[in-house]
Amino acid sequence: MLDDARFGLSRTATLPGPLRLDGGVLLSPVDIAYETYGDLAPDAGNAILVCHALTGDHHVASEHPVTGKPGWWARMVGPGKPIDTDRYFVICVNVLGSCLGSSGPASVNPATGKLWAMAFPVITIRDMVRAQAMLLDHLGIAKLFAAVGGSMGGMQALSWAATFPERVASAVVIASAARHSAQNIAFHEVGRQAIMADHRWRGGDYYADNDPPSSGLAVARMAAHITYLSEAGLTAKFGRKLQSRDAKTFGFDADFQVESYLRHQGLSFVDRFDANSYLYITRALDYFDLAEEHGGTLANAFKRGDTRFCLVSFDTDWLYPTSESRTIVHALNAAGAPVSFVELKSPFGHDAFLLESPELDRVITGFLGAGER
Amino acid sequence: MSAHSSDTPPALRPDLAIIARNVQPVTRVLDVGCGDGALMAALRDQRGCDARGLELDPADVAAAMARGLSVVQGDADTDLVDYPDDSFDYAILSQTLQTTRRPDEVLDQLLRIGRRAFVSFPNFAHWRVRASLLFGGRMPVTRLLPVAWYATPNIHHVTVDDFRALVKARGIHVEESWFLSGDQRTGSAFANVFAEHAVFLLRKDR
Repeated sequence: MLDDARFGLSRTATLPGPLRLDGGVLLSPVDIAYETYGDLAPDAGNAILVCHALTGDHHVASEHPVTGKPGWWARMVGPGKPIDTDRYFVICVNVLGSCLGSSGPASVNPATGKLWAMAFPVITIRDMVRAQAMLLDHLGIAKLFAAVGGSMGGMQALSWAATFPERVASAVVIASAARHSAQNIAFHEVGRQAIMADHRWRGGDYYADNDPPSSGLAVARMAAHITYLSEAGLTAKFGRKLQSRDAKTFGFDADFQVESYLRHQGLSFVDRFDANSYLYITRALDYFDLAEEHGGTLANAFKRGDTRFCLVSFDTDWLYPTSESRTIVHALNAAGAPVSFVELKSPFGHDAFLLESPELDRVITGFLGAGER
Repeated sequence: MSAHSSDTPPALRPDLAIIARNVQPVTRVLDVGCGDGALMAALRDQRGCDARGLELDPADVAAAMARGLSVVQGDADTDLVDYPDDSFDYAILSQTLQTTRRPDEVLDQLLRIGRRAFVSFPNFAHWRVRASLLFGGRMPVTRLLPVAWYATPNIHHVTVDDFRALVKARGIHVEESWFLSGDQRTGSAFANVFAEHAVFLLRKDR
């Protein structure tokens, strides 16, 4: 397998497709950027798909090519880690619509030879999952040992179990939801409007002169970033402390540390992410409603197959609060599916799933280990 | 990774051992207040049951999950309503009834979700408890009730006769009952005095 060019870091597969999207468009061919870690067992039975969140990427446990930072879940994925690359073959796929190598608005439209921009079809979470399934066909993996993800990654894991129940033995859904609430959609709309109100957005056609709507995208990121934290966390970290000054300036500079922090979050984000991709992926999240896809009853999404589920929420997460996980648990109980659920304590809000959490490690280690029985 | 595979199962608490012995094999079981999943693991490994759990304490939920069990964190007082009717062959409530806010409603929920229910509880009319209150004039602190009145999770103390009266009033049929003094079985006739623990197997008359 070491000689197999399909496996390793920073791979890209161009699959012929066509991929039929929920919006009705046939996408062909489909570029998919991904990474793999560890060795695929001879029976291909040890594959774990790690699904990333809104602005994540396939560099789950390897250095990010732009920022040089460690992979976004390096504390969870690696040798001896809960998702143990000595035991499991780990795949992480850049989602459809993203800008790190998979087909999206910033990639070339083969029909025109130009970048797609806003001509790229609107996609859904299920479209992302179907694209991942096409990649698994390419890699020779019939059934996943597990699909694992937090936030939007958790929605993909849920969508996997609902769309391809025969192809996923277990699903780990962390800090996630089965649908986007009005509040979730509202925050995303603020971000999209910030991007589209930036005069440099120009209907999405900003690639040619390399002058993207960075100000709008930075504001979108700032608004979204607040939803990833908790009030208690912000208070503990910043309170009302002033930024490198002894007194308020009676002006509109970043007087407060929290302002300076948010501005930094916005500015560093624009270096690694495309504004149009942000529009498309937030749209996919807003369109996500797993019950709606199954006749309005969430339990119907899980009636087929024998997938085991593990759900985890965090008590200070107000983006996808515990009540959203409980809704999923109730549906799984109604469907008679094997489900475990735990709410963990953390001061860090939604972001807690990315941070050090021995309890989360223990839960995931135990759940995955039990799947090997 | 799975540290449980070849281990000899530890001895179950006596009331749990009675339940484990009397659950029919290969049935669906919901253990309400399942703790770290000791009974569920025994039912799965020894009786081939499909066991699910509900547990309030997140550390216990994590411990049960690490055993490969399907356990949901939740509260017997509020979360049983979310389980469908007749979705289990048995609903089990061991040593938890006396900690719930509305034991009568929890009992109704158990028999709505399960076709049968096992309920075990410490008997507050055991002679040692009576003696402690009668002669000491203080709320009893005994081997089975080791926590002082102000800190005990047991907010609805119940006796064997109280429980018999409750199930009778609610039209619940007692299929079988077991009484324990220490680890030993004791008779049914004077159970309200001599039993430290009671285990009931219940069925709703429908």
